[in-house]
Amino acid sequence: MPPMNDWLTQPGLTHFLVVSGILFSLGVFAIITRRNAVMVLMGIELILNAANINFVAFSRFTTGTFDGQVIAVFVIILAAAEAAIALAIVLNIYQMFNTVNVDEINQLRD
Amino acid sequence: MIEQILNSLSQFLPEVTLVAAFCLTLLISLILSSKGRNRGRVAVPSAALLGVAVSLFFVLDQAGTSQSIFSGMVVVDPFSVFFKTVIAGSSILIIFFSLFSSEVQNAERYRGEYFSLLLALTLGMYLMSASANLLMMILALELTSLTSYVLAGYTKDAGDSSEASLKYIIYGALSSGLMLYGVSLLYGLTGATDIYGVNKALSGGEVDEVALLIASILMIAGFGYKISAVPFHFWTPDVYEGAPVTITAFLSVASKAAGFAMLIRFFKVSFIDSSVIGLPEGMWASLQGFEWNKLLAILSVLTMTLGNLVAIWQNNLKRLLAYSSIAHAGYMLMGVVVLSDKGLAAVLIYFVVYLFMNLGAFLVVMMVANKTGSEDIDSYKGLGYRSPLVGVAMVIFFISLTGLPPTAGFIGKLYLFVALLDAQWVWLAVVGALNSVVSLYYYVRVLRNMFLRDPEKDAGPLAFSMPQVVLLLVLLLPTVILGLYFAPLVDWANASVLMFGVR
Repeated sequence: MPPMNDWLTQPGLTHFLVVSGILFSLGVFAIITRRNAVMVLMGIELILNAANINFVAFSRFTTGTFDGQVIAVFVIILAAAEAAIALAIVLNIYQMFNTVNVDEINQLRD
Repeated sequence: MIEQILNSLSQFLPEVTLVAAFCLTLLISLILSSKGRNRGRVAVPSAALLGVAVSLFFVLDQAGTSQSIFSGMVVVDPFSVFFKTVIAGSSILIIFFSLFSSEVQNAERYRGEYFSLLLALTLGMYLMSASANLLMMILALELTSLTSYVLAGYTKDAGDSSEASLKYIIYGALSSGLMLYGVSLLYGLTGATDIYGVNKALSGGEVDEVALLIASILMIAGFGYKISAVPFHFWTPDVYEGAPVTITAFLSVASKAAGFAMLIRFFKVSFIDSSVIGLPEGMWASLQGFEWNKLLAILSVLTMTLGNLVAIWQNNLKRLLAYSSIAHAGYMLMGVVVLSDKGLAAVLIYFVVYLFMNLGAFLVVMMVANKTGSEDIDSYKGLGYRSPLVGVAMVIFFISLTGLPPTAGFIGKLYLFVALLDAQWVWLAVVGALNSVVSLYYYVRVLRNMFLRDPEKDAGPLAFSMPQVVLLLVLLLPTVILGLYFAPLVDWANASVLMFGVR
């Protein structure tokens, strides 16, 4: 069955988009269901990396320029900066409230 | 190559100044803090103030130029100059606010970080209003967001402030993540990273409409979070309530302005069809088969209605102003929906007006909170008698926020509604007008507390220092004067709708 074999041995754009779509959905799922602030931040990292896969895949398969790969490098740095600040804030929250459960940190509300 | 970079740098002086001032402010605070805690009370804010003032000078110097620099990453055009002026103006006012804010002054250990981060935040907003490339837009958005997360939690010994910054970063990171995914899809669809290339690909080639719709909804998540439009507004009330009031004021004006600048530039450049002929002067057409302005109209109605309705139930004045700022984002979105230069000019006018009236309202909140330590509406009982000047000032700011004559807020709303009616968006104008009526209710509720309720027994008159009164007048006078003499502002706004590379 040559077509099936092709599909397995020669990954194309679709494969990467499917992986990135799964990763994106997992990220959104984690943000919605997890109550631990660190887990929520990991969900956000998943979304950023899903976007990165898209950028690199599109750059390789459709546009033929390096723009997408350059953006991916920037996004990696961006994710690192964001994680640094987010973890500093979470650490501060832990010292203040003794918990990192986002549901329990709820002084401000209507 | 080198010549192009040098030439670009000469058009990039406002941003370069801010970077230099950022380093200078940090250095000064480090040098002075090693010898004693209280030094740098004057030097650090002055350095920051000088930096913003010089960069504002360079911005005004760019008036009239229209070119793209750094290989099309950033553009300098009347539109970006306008927004940079608004941003720099509010940044200067916020530095003055910070001098009088007891929240900021009590955390003097971090004074250097506070003022240098304010400069970084201003820089991020400059870049947001000027970026013409998807990558640059993401980076500018993130620079703005990351610094505002830190500043929202600046008084980190207070639980409220920490909670505000946690909520801000979770919602913010999610929204920018969604936006990034949208950008990646848009890049895949068009193969371009600069917004002019995106427009070319969209108007020329066959693009899957469903994919384009998904990409733009994801991108609207990023823009909507920055301008706090419903349904991306959940962070706004909590962050506005918990953050120091100076930062709240800055976010409510400058951050919204930068978000709007980026949104308008992105949609106006990449999602219009410039091949349509026979349109009236100053109107544009949305892309064939993708009427994104209907999407924004829905967003606008939701935003202003929810903002105004929820504001009615609020008892904390900062929270009330947060919902009111959500509602104002809805009003301003109406100007984008109409797809005309007139609507755009109305948004620009509204931003100048909004700068004075909203910062003024926050200044009153800050001055009263400094004295009474409370932001509850109940603590405003009898304020009109305890301090007549501040009471009257608040009345004028709130009348202006409602949009009643003879204040500047009326002019802002008037031009918005005229633009809407011109473009036959009558139903949207009606919704906007009804919303203004609703907003009158909660503004008047505060005013009633100030004038028709007796103050608590132990509450004496409140005295404010001279510089604070002067600062109040600096915001109060334009709010009144722009309501009576607004021709120069209108001319300036009309001249500022020009964007680089758009006819």
